[in-house]
Amino acid sequence: MADTKIVAPKEGALERSWNWLTETQVWKSVFRHNAPITDRNRVLVVLSNVFLHLHPVRLRKSGVRLRYTWCMGGLSFFLFLSLTFTGVLLMFYYRPTLEYAYTDIVGLREHVPLGIMREMHRWGAHAMVVTVWLHMFRVFMTGSYKPPREFNWNIGVIMLVLTLLLSFTGYLLPWDQLAIWAITVGSNMARATPFMGSEGPGSALLMLGDVRLIHAADDARFALLGGTFVGEGALLRFYVLHCVGLPLAIAVLMAVHFWRVRKDGGISGPV
Amino acid sequence: MADEPNAPVEGAPASKGPPAKPAQPAVPPNLAGKTTSAAVAPRRPPARKKKVVDDTSPLLSRRSWLGLAWGSFTAASAGALAATGRFMFPNVLNEPPQQFKIGFPDEYAPGVDERWKDRFGIWVVRTPSDIVQEAGGFYALISVCTHLGCTPNWLSAELKFKCPCHGSGFRPTGVNFEGPAPRPLERARIVLADDGQILVDKARKFQFELGQWADPESFLRV
Ligand code: FES
Repeated sequence: MADTKIVAPKEGALERSWNWLTETQVWKSVFRHNAPITDRNRVLVVLSNVFLHLHPVRLRKSGVRLRYTWCMGGLSFFLFLSLTFTGVLLMFYYRPTLEYAYTDIVGLREHVPLGIMREMHRWGAHAMVVTVWLHMFRVFMTGSYKPPREFNWNIGVIMLVLTLLLSFTGYLLPWDQLAIWAITVGSNMARATPFMGSEGPGSALLMLGDVRLIHAADDARFALLGGTFVGEGALLRFYVLHCVGLPLAIAVLMAVHFWRVRKDGGISGPV
Repeated sequence: MADEPNAPVEGAPASKGPPAKPAQPAVPPNLAGKTTSAAVAPRRPPARKKKVVDDTSPLLSRRSWLGLAWGSFTAASAGALAATGRFMFPNVLNEPPQQFKIGFPDEYAPGVDERWKDRFGIWVVRTPSDIVQEAGGFYALISVCTHLGCTPNWLSAELKFKCPCHGSGFRPTGVNFEGPAPRPLERARIVLADDGQILVDKARKFQFELGQWADPESFLRV
């Protein structure tokens, strides 16, 4: 019964080519279901698409009420995506070395078309810190951290820290005075890490004979900076952390976070 | 067979009832023409139970093997993690030396000398009379703010070190007098080398608040 497709005799060329197109193997392998105009087709379309299926088919009404959610989680995710995109673009020009880092940043503004790309990355990063905080605030104020969502709240706390670390590591990359001294001040705090920082509590107890095991050249701050001061090693380490390490970590946690939102019953409703 | 008396045995005729059917079992009508293991696969007799075959290895039982495997996997992972951590600490550092010669004493005029600040991170100060040592000579101030580690600037007009980060101020002696810095700048070991040059060693630091500025090596008398 394969050849019973009824073709109206008066079809125009447009209609004919449309019919031909929608019958091709390519088309049918991409659009596996009919147009999502019925409930059933909507579900079929959504569930068989990897991107669409990330979003639930049904939502509570409160889940789309802006006054309730502030959309801050969604905005944070959107900003993360746009930061990833602009960040990759910046990587085409930026070289993380003492010689080039600063001039490349200036060059991004002066010599590259659409030098606004760097500003978008920078302002997007500031905005993401704000939206993540506001998201936490909303979740806290609506009590959405309570069971069964307490696990996801903790994932969120880790992601907040990762967001701040992304912001912190990115801050060094322009390699101007502000950056160098901000990271100097910031990384000096790592000296006070218990046991693992050379000036931290307990580190003086770790002795081998009368040699200190934890000193300025092998403590937590050193691991961060790849040196005993903010120099070449620090720039490279922060670059790698900023562009690869931290984004990977936060992306994995985001996947867990979104998945848990749905497993815990979707976006929490008003109490 | 004793435990499952009713299990059919392939090829063996059933002991009672009608004669044995062909090897192909009957297929339910709703599954006709479909490939399903339920319908087609002949049921096999249960494997004869030998004495727990898997656990008769002369060396280790199955459970011990598994324990050994997981144990070595865990150990290998821990080792890899430790190696990764160690990887972050290079054996050689491209950083300025901690110990260096800075020339002869008569190359320095009284006052704060900035020539080694960029390269070695110290100010060499020649003073007619030190506040602690009460003698004339040299000391080397380490150019790291005792607040949070920025590099202060020497303001020769105001005779003070001023930190640009949060505004700490230090006298030429190194003693703090304004801003958030909680203690004076540190001094480095300063001695005369065999060839008569001044030798500075930043690995050895002297802190005023610990009374260490009285140490003979914290000050070079001339
Ligand atoms: S680091 Fe110098 S005043 Fe804060």
